[in-house]
Amino acid sequence: MGFFSILVMAAALILILYPIISRGLSAYIFRATSEHRRVQFTEFGIGSAQEIERETAEVTAARQPVFDMIVAHEKDLKAELQEAVDQVHALAAAEGGFLQRSLERRLKRAHADASVEEYLTVLTDVRKSLEGQFDRERFTDVITLITERKQRVEVETKKLTEMKHALRDLLGPLPGDRITELLRSHYGQTRWDRCLHYQDKFLYRYEWDYSNPELSGLKMRTPRVEDFRGTDLEPAFAYVRDNLEAMMQPRLTLYWQFLTTDSRDAHFFGGIWPEVLGTFYLTIGAMLFAIPIGVIAAIYLCEYARPTKTVSLLRSCISTLAGVPSIVFGLFGLAFFLNTISVSESKSVLAGSLTLALMILPTVIRASEEAILAVPFTYKEAALGLGAGRWRTVLTVILPAALPGILTGIVISMGRAAGETAPIIFTAAVSVGLALSPLQTLNSPTPALPWNIYNLCTEHEAVDEIRHVQFGMVFTLVALVLMLNIIAIALRARISRKLRG
Amino acid sequence: MSTVVDAAPKHPNESSHQAGDSGITMHRMKSFAGRDDSTGIESLEVHVQSREFSIFYGDNEAVRSLSMDIPRSRVTAIIGPSGCGKSTFLRAINRMNDLIPRCHTAGELIFDDENVYDPMVDVVQLRQRIGMVFQKPNPFPKTIFDNVAYGPRLQGERNRSRLADIVERSLREAVLWDEVKDRLHDNALGLSGGQQQRMCLARALAVNPEILLMDEPTSALDPRSTASIEALIGQLRGDYTIIIVTHNMQQAARVSDFTAFMYEGLLIEYGNTTKLFTNPANKQTEDYITGRFG
Ligand SMILES: Nc1ncnc2c1ncn2[C@@H]1O[C@H](COP(=O)(O)OP(=O)(O)OP(=O)(O)O)[C@@H](O)[C@H]1O
Ligand SMILES: [Mg+2]
Repeated sequence: MGFFSILVMAAALILILYPIISRGLSAYIFRATSEHRRVQFTEFGIGSAQEIERETAEVTAARQPVFDMIVAHEKDLKAELQEAVDQVHALAAAEGGFLQRSLERRLKRAHADASVEEYLTVLTDVRKSLEGQFDRERFTDVITLITERKQRVEVETKKLTEMKHALRDLLGPLPGDRITELLRSHYGQTRWDRCLHYQDKFLYRYEWDYSNPELSGLKMRTPRVEDFRGTDLEPAFAYVRDNLEAMMQPRLTLYWQFLTTDSRDAHFFGGIWPEVLGTFYLTIGAMLFAIPIGVIAAIYLCEYARPTKTVSLLRSCISTLAGVPSIVFGLFGLAFFLNTISVSESKSVLAGSLTLALMILPTVIRASEEAILAVPFTYKEAALGLGAGRWRTVLTVILPAALPGILTGIVISMGRAAGETAPIIFTAAVSVGLALSPLQTLNSPTPALPWNIYNLCTEHEAVDEIRHVQFGMVFTLVALVLMLNIIAIALRARISRKLRG
Repeated sequence: MSTVVDAAPKHPNESSHQAGDSGITMHRMKSFAGRDDSTGIESLEVHVQSREFSIFYGDNEAVRSLSMDIPRSRVTAIIGPSGCGKSTFLRAINRMNDLIPRCHTAGELIFDDENVYDPMVDVVQLRQRIGMVFQKPNPFPKTIFDNVAYGPRLQGERNRSRLADIVERSLREAVLWDEVKDRLHDNALGLSGGQQQRMCLARALAVNPEILLMDEPTSALDPRSTASIEALIGQLRGDYTIIIVTHNMQQAARVSDFTAFMYEGLLIEYGNTTKLFTNPANKQTEDYITGRFG
């Protein structure tokens, strides 16, 4: 019967937690691309150099056709502009003198290796200077040619730029790209699901159509290949559609390092170790303060305090404290621990732990009190009858018998301490940070799961890009709390069994 | 254990002294050899002396001005109807009533030339010298060993082998050793009720008390366990001063040397057990022991 009910409870729990589990697990188990392995190798030193080299070569070979098509297409565009440039050359030669010198100086920049953009700038310059001439009527033909070619190529270039942008999002930097500082611009998509998303954005253009005023905007999906009909680039789309696997080499991966590595570039890459460790420190710290104080307070209230008005007032104060919103504790922690008594110069794990301890103290006290009051009076009587003092009775008989109940209270509050966000916002949490050593907890702030989940879901620059990290964190937090619970339940069962004989 | 009562030599001819309807027979009362019916309390050394001693719960005077000399190394029983103050008085002797708020006393309770209620008295020490066995067996949820060793450990005994000696001696004294010697490190809650009660007795004995207070020690037990506890009391008599509260008049008659009858907080009659049961001086006592009220 007991086993059955545990099964039913487990089933219900899994059902409720299913979305969290399934999405959260995708941070740990997913189809990782070659980019992921490259990131792991270069940024975290995980993986073998030869393996990476071999894979990179394969992937580059698979991507090369697309790059080649881009180069060919750019060449076509340049060729169109080249005609205009040639005309200007001819004109300059015919004119001679100052105009020739000035034009040729400008044209020098449009050499064979120059980009399409460079050509366009040169032609714009040339056109301006021709239009500036007092007898510009003489150049009308050339100016018209330049304008016409430039317009056509500009339209094409814009499409090309967009396309390259989409490709860059998918594959990472293209050959010849200037690499920026931002780490995310160094790599393509590391996860296959994101690859598919960006493949779609590469293959299709999404635009809002507001032409019908009757309707709100319509999202239009146009195949990007339409933009490049008849050009060298046309086959690139079919190629990317059909060969993405070869270009990215997705492989099902158990990325357990998600738990044990830190993150790079605002959680775009890497894991959540600093957050996990921070949560751990904060929870343990809170327990370190709350358990002794809470249990001693409960012992005092149950065993020592005479039932006076003050004590009953104290009791109701404790109950009230249990219902105070956690943000109030957070602000109190800031005002008291940091601003008034300055336990540390700025936010720190210490201040956060103290604040959390304060928040869970009422729960610990109440649970301990109940557990102590539930200890049969006969135990106390027996101990006192044998000549034990009050304190000895508490230590040797009452506390051991009350331990299971006290543990329950501790577990409940432990889960709360691990999951609360508000108390640590002002006292302990930062969005980005490294894992701390135990000594650093005295004066350094830390990232922590609850705060970083909130932070990543709301304030991150690319919330949609790191959904897996968000859910991975949630999952880890849930698993952590669940684990603490299971440990405590097992511990409790063991102690109870020992007490019962 | 269970055979002690039955195994006692039967003297059918002595069963003539019938004490009314309660069915107490003198041959039963003589189960424990060594009882000397002719000795009066006056000739014995007094161990605990109650002088005009009263106990109050708030305004309610539960024990009224009780004066009584309890002799050393004898078994003294306290009987009386429910609510007459037996437990209250018994618990007052080692100050267990201190636990109850609003409970206070008047008069004197002399033990070892000192008033037990003197502010200078060390309660912890007092309770070590005056042990107590409660109505319901109340073992700690610990092993049998730890239960019996609890008192000695309180007194600072840490030596493992000496503790083991004390535990064995106490359990032997409580006639429990043979039953539990192989399971000393099992939880005491796994023992039967009777065994638990004997273990509690062993636990009380382990601190070498001078006096043992027993508040209805067999009321929660079956007849076999009751018999074994009663036999035990008989064996401990002589080494310890035992004060036992009981509702069971046969039991009082069987195990005690002296009996006190209390009624509504007053001590009505106190004296030699045989005399009190066979020839009570007071009408109320007679009514009570013959079962006319109570
Ligand atoms: N904790 C207490 N607070 C207040 N009054 C009490 C308390 N314990 C006992 N009394 C009262 O004191 C009186 C004597 O009680 P006590 O328990 O000594 O009786 P008793 O002779 O032991 O009865 P029983 O045979 O039922 O155990 C009773 O009137 C009872 O109501
Ligand atoms: Mg009683």
